[in-house]
Amino acid sequence: MVTISQPDVSQTTASDHGAVIQVEDVHKYYDLGETRVHALRGVTVSIERGEFVAIMGASGSGKSTFMNIMGCLDKPSSGRYLLEGIEVSQLSKKELAAIRNRKIGFVFQGFNLLSRTTAQENVELPTLYAQVSKEEGQKRAREALELVGLGDRRMHFPSQLSGGQQQRVAVARALVNRPSILLADEPTGNLDSRTSVEIMEVFQKLNDGGLTVVLVTHEADVAQFAKRSIQFRDGKIRRDEPIMNRPLAAEVLKSLPTLED
Amino acid sequence: MDLLAIIRIAMRALARNKMRSSLTMLGIIIGVGAVIAMVSVGQGAQQQAQQQIAAMGSNMLFVGAGTVTRGGMRMGWGATKTLIYDDMLAILRECPAVQAAAPGSQTAAQVVFGNDNWATQLNGTEPQYFDIRSWPLAEGSSFTQDDVNMAANVAVIGETVRKNLFGATDPIGQTIRINNLPFKVVGALAAKGTSAAMGSDQDDTIIVPITTLQKKITGQDWLRWIMVSAISREASYTAQQQITALLRDRHRIRPGSDDDFMVRNLADMADLADQQAQLFTVLLASIASISLIVGGIGIMNIMLVSVTERTREIGIRMAIGATEGDVQQQFLVEAIVLSLVGGAVGILVGTGASFLITQTLGWPVLVSATAIGAAVIFSMAVGIFFGFYPARKAARLDPIEALRYE
Repeated sequence: MVTISQPDVSQTTASDHGAVIQVEDVHKYYDLGETRVHALRGVTVSIERGEFVAIMGASGSGKSTFMNIMGCLDKPSSGRYLLEGIEVSQLSKKELAAIRNRKIGFVFQGFNLLSRTTAQENVELPTLYAQVSKEEGQKRAREALELVGLGDRRMHFPSQLSGGQQQRVAVARALVNRPSILLADEPTGNLDSRTSVEIMEVFQKLNDGGLTVVLVTHEADVAQFAKRSIQFRDGKIRRDEPIMNRPLAAEVLKSLPTLED
Repeated sequence: MDLLAIIRIAMRALARNKMRSSLTMLGIIIGVGAVIAMVSVGQGAQQQAQQQIAAMGSNMLFVGAGTVTRGGMRMGWGATKTLIYDDMLAILRECPAVQAAAPGSQTAAQVVFGNDNWATQLNGTEPQYFDIRSWPLAEGSSFTQDDVNMAANVAVIGETVRKNLFGATDPIGQTIRINNLPFKVVGALAAKGTSAAMGSDQDDTIIVPITTLQKKITGQDWLRWIMVSAISREASYTAQQQITALLRDRHRIRPGSDDDFMVRNLADMADLADQQAQLFTVLLASIASISLIVGGIGIMNIMLVSVTERTREIGIRMAIGATEGDVQQQFLVEAIVLSLVGGAVGILVGTGASFLITQTLGWPVLVSATAIGAAVIFSMAVGIFFGFYPARKAARLDPIEALRYE
C-alpha cells in the first residue's frame, strides 16, 4: 500500500511549486501480432502544481495513450513517470488502483455515471474504495456537489439531469477524494457549446482554487480556457506553450445567449 | 470496503433486474426446496421403519414352522408339523441367549358379536407373548396361565377386531362367538399399526390360550411359530445361531439338508429396513441435488451476462480506484446473495412441500435441521462455485477497454 498525503484543494495555491507530474522519455507501443504500433515515441513533460494544461492533438496523435498513462490506467513501455515524486511505472495493479483512487480525479467524455444511482451516491463512489467512513464520505460528496453548483440536485438520478449537470456530477465525483490532479478526457465532447463553456468555468474556478487540471481535447475553443497548451502529433510533443490572453469562461458566458428550451 | 456496503451494493444491483434475479433464484429455490422435501420424505420413512420395528421389539426372534416338499410340491411356510411345544421348552432350557419364549398356533376364524361378524386371524399362545412382543393392553387384562392350563374360552382382541365388532361398545366382559364357540373377551390390545417388516395389519387378530385353540378349534398339537426374546439386541444374533443349531439337532436334520423351520431376527430386519430407508434418502437427495446444480449453472449464466452488460460500470469503478479484488468481491457477493436468498426461500418452499406431502399423501415427513443446514451450506457453495468464474472475468477486465465498451 502506498501512503499518500491528501492535499486539500482549497489550501493549495498556484504559488506552490514542485512538479505534480514528471514524465521522462516515455514510450508506449502495442504489439499487434507481427506489427508493433508506437503510440508514444519519447515524451518528456513536467506539470507543476496549480497548472491548467490543455493537451491537444488529432485522433491517433497519442494524446489518449498519454492520458491513460498519466491516469495510471496504463503503464509506459519504457521511460519514467513520477506522480508527486512517486515512480508510478513500477507499482503493482493494486497500488495503481490506490493511486487512481486518491491522487487522480477522472472526468470522461461520456460522463460515465452509474445510472439508477443518485448524484449523491455517484459522487460517494470513490470514497467507498478509500479508507473513509460512511459519514465522512457522505459529507465530502455533499460538499463536492455544492462546489459544482448542484447542491440542490443531490437526490436526482442521472436521467433526470441535463448533460452539463451530469458532467458536473462527474467533476464532483472526481474531486471527492481530494486528488492531486484532475484529468479530463474530452469533457465537453458530448456537450453543446454553451454547456461546454459552463464546464470550463467550473474547471477555471477549481484551478483558481489551486487544483492542477489536465484537459485532453481536440477543440481549440475549449483548449483556450487553459493556461498552457501541449500539442501532440505522431506520438510526440510538437508544441508546448503558454496560452496568452486566455478568456475567462465566466465572462464568455455572459456574452452567450442563454439557450432556454 | 466493508462487507455491509458490498452486500448493499449487491442487493441494489440485483434489485435493478428484479425479473431476471427472481428467475435465477427460482433455480436455486427449486433445487433447495427439492432437496429439503426429498430428504424429509426419506428421513420420515426411515424414522417410521425404525419406530415400527422398535414397536415389534428389536430383540425379538420369530421361529416359524418351515416348508416341506411333498411329492415335488413345496408347501409354503407353516406346512411342517415338526415344530412342537417341546422345542420351545428346549430353546428356553438350552439357549443361554434366550430370555423368554411363547408358543403359537394360528388359524383363520369367523367371529360373531351380536349382528356383526368379522373374519380375522386367530392366534393361540401363552400370556408371556404380550411381554415378548412388548404389546400393552388398552383395556382389561391378558388371560392367565391358569386359563391356558384349563383351556378356557377367553380372548384378547386386537384393535381392528374391536372396531369392527364393537364400535363404541365396551368389549370387556362381552361374549363373542368364534367358529360357533362362545368366548369371553377379557382384554383389548393397544393399536400397533401395520408392520413394516411383515406388511400386514397386526391389529387384525384375536389371541386366545394356545390350549383352547389346539384342543377346541384346530385339533392340531404342533406349533406354527415360537416367539422368542433374546437377552439383548446384540444377543439376538447369538440366539438365532443357538436356536438354529438346537432345532436342527432336535429335528435330526442332516448337514447339507434344508431346515424345516425358519428363524427370523428382528434386529436383522430393523437394520435392513434402516439401510433401505437410508438408500432411499440418498437416492432422493442426489436426484434433488441435480436440480440445485442446474440452478447454479443458471446463476453462472446470468452473472456472465451481467458482467458483460456492466463492463462500463466495471471500468468506471476501476478508474476511480476499485482494485481487482474489489470488483471480484462485488460480483462474487452478488452471486452468493442470489443463491442464499434463493436458498432461504427454498427452505420455506421445501418445508411447505414437506407438510403438504404429509397432509395430502399421509406420508410421514421429518424436516430435519441437518437438511436445512446442508441446504444453506450447499446453496452458498453453489453461489461461490458458480459465481467465481464470472467474478474473475469481471476483475480481469482492462479498465481502458472497459471504459470504451459500448
